[in-house]
Amino acid sequence: MSANYTPAQLMVTAAAREIANGEVVFVGMRLPLLGFQLAKSTHAPAAVGVFELGIVRETAAPDPILTMGDLPNLFQASWLADTADLMGLLQQGMVDVSFIGGAQVDRFGNLNTSYVGDLGGAFTRLPGSGGACDLACLAKRHIIIMKHEKRRFVPRVDYITSPGYGDGSGWRNRMGLPRGGPTAVITTLGILRFDPAGKEMVLTSLHPGVTVDDVLANTGWPLKIAADLAQTPVPTAQELAFLKQFDPQGFWTGG
Amino acid sequence: MVQSKLFSLAEAMAQFVPDGSSIAMGTAQETLIPFAAGHEMMRQRKRDLTLIGPISDILFDQMVGAGCVRRIRAAWVGNVITGSGYNFRRAVESGALTMEDHSNLTISLALRAGAMGVPFMPARTALGSDLYRTNGGLRRMRCPFTGETLTAVAAIIPDVTIIHVQRADEYGNAHCWGNLGISREACLAARRVIITAEEIVDTAVITSDPNRIVIPAFKVSAVAHAPWGAHPSPVPGWYNRDHDAFLDYQKASKTPEAFAKWRSRWIDQALSREDYMTLLGEERLAALVIKKHALTEPADYGY
Repeated sequence: MSANYTPAQLMVTAAAREIANGEVVFVGMRLPLLGFQLAKSTHAPAAVGVFELGIVRETAAPDPILTMGDLPNLFQASWLADTADLMGLLQQGMVDVSFIGGAQVDRFGNLNTSYVGDLGGAFTRLPGSGGACDLACLAKRHIIIMKHEKRRFVPRVDYITSPGYGDGSGWRNRMGLPRGGPTAVITTLGILRFDPAGKEMVLTSLHPGVTVDDVLANTGWPLKIAADLAQTPVPTAQELAFLKQFDPQGFWTGG
Repeated sequence: MVQSKLFSLAEAMAQFVPDGSSIAMGTAQETLIPFAAGHEMMRQRKRDLTLIGPISDILFDQMVGAGCVRRIRAAWVGNVITGSGYNFRRAVESGALTMEDHSNLTISLALRAGAMGVPFMPARTALGSDLYRTNGGLRRMRCPFTGETLTAVAAIIPDVTIIHVQRADEYGNAHCWGNLGISREACLAARRVIITAEEIVDTAVITSDPNRIVIPAFKVSAVAHAPWGAHPSPVPGWYNRDHDAFLDYQKASKTPEAFAKWRSRWIDQALSREDYMTLLGEERLAALVIKKHALTEPADYGY
């Protein structure tokens, strides 16, 4: 593939396009930081960014940042405050969309970033929830961004750090979750969404150069494919220029 | 006459943090992490500590690697820009370290319950998640008013909360600015508070702007002067994040052998924060110092 963009640039661009103008966005670590800045700079200038450290921003950070605690992200912020209060706004239902990454995801969008393996026996310990569990429980919708590999796309996660749709339709309601659920999974191979009836993941878009067989070979269950399967739009020259500006050394979006 | 609470960092850690203490640290999350205090505890070979925090950007991993920690109650432990914390991972997988899994909201509310003097706080998070399997402080409850299902989050009362701030006086009045994370809850909930500060100033400087004070001084047990005390994390108004230190630490913690080398160089052979700064070198420190200053408009508290 001789594309003029990297896979990470394509993923960030796809993430940015999930943000509508004027939405309140709970911005997660890593690629979503760039996705928010890109959306702000292009189609969603009125989007508001909420960061779990206790930051609200209505402008993109004026200089490149690697992480949300970098000081340019605090400069001329709209609010610097307490995590609990931002989480309170989230709990009230004031956050439209959030972004989270994961190590392991299953067919109903449940996400694991805590323990892979058998908790009573041999397991691998991962960093944990951070704010991800809260975002998955309480945002109006959340977007998952992760690598598409068979060991990560499993029929059932070993541990639910961040709830998706549990075992299918009606589960969130039964658990007492007030709203929300994942609406898209942006991967290194394509974009997956959730069947409105059964809440199961469906492949809806392939990245350029990727085939359905590539995706099936990297997914641990018989994945449903949308009838109107699309191709993910490539980043525009303008989007790539912004990404170059936000991540000049390619720390997050390098090849 | 109010008594001074000014101690050297070593004295403050020796006197107020006995082995077995539970300690909230890194409560502002990615900024203002009290690395100097953590490194001093490693130097003093503290044992059986419980660490409490929202996310920990490598400080908890370092203290776990040094054998100081028995238990962690936190939402996330690792290296923010690279991912896993390897000492943490090894210790949990081997059973040497017990983990209580929180989310950022549950840890906030656990400390807020402590701060409020109540046994728990209700929340709508974590329902349906497996945090319930690895955190005994979460229970499903029915709201006595609406009948809704909620998560009850048990209170956490740390023995000590340690925060790093920009400036403090010797009596425990301190200014802190930037994102606060869960610092306010952690200080209010704790039995004792230890403050490390970039600068020790006159009381009048602090009381000129009372809204910027994190916690009333009567909760504070000790104040220690610790220039560069949050390095490699950033301090608003003082210095930027030292990304290279976090990238280097990823390699330096991958194996126990590599970590032993890191620890020997940065902790055991650097006998004080001054030694640590000498090791960093003037050029590196100069590159991190704030260049684009942005002062606030003064606020009038007159009457």
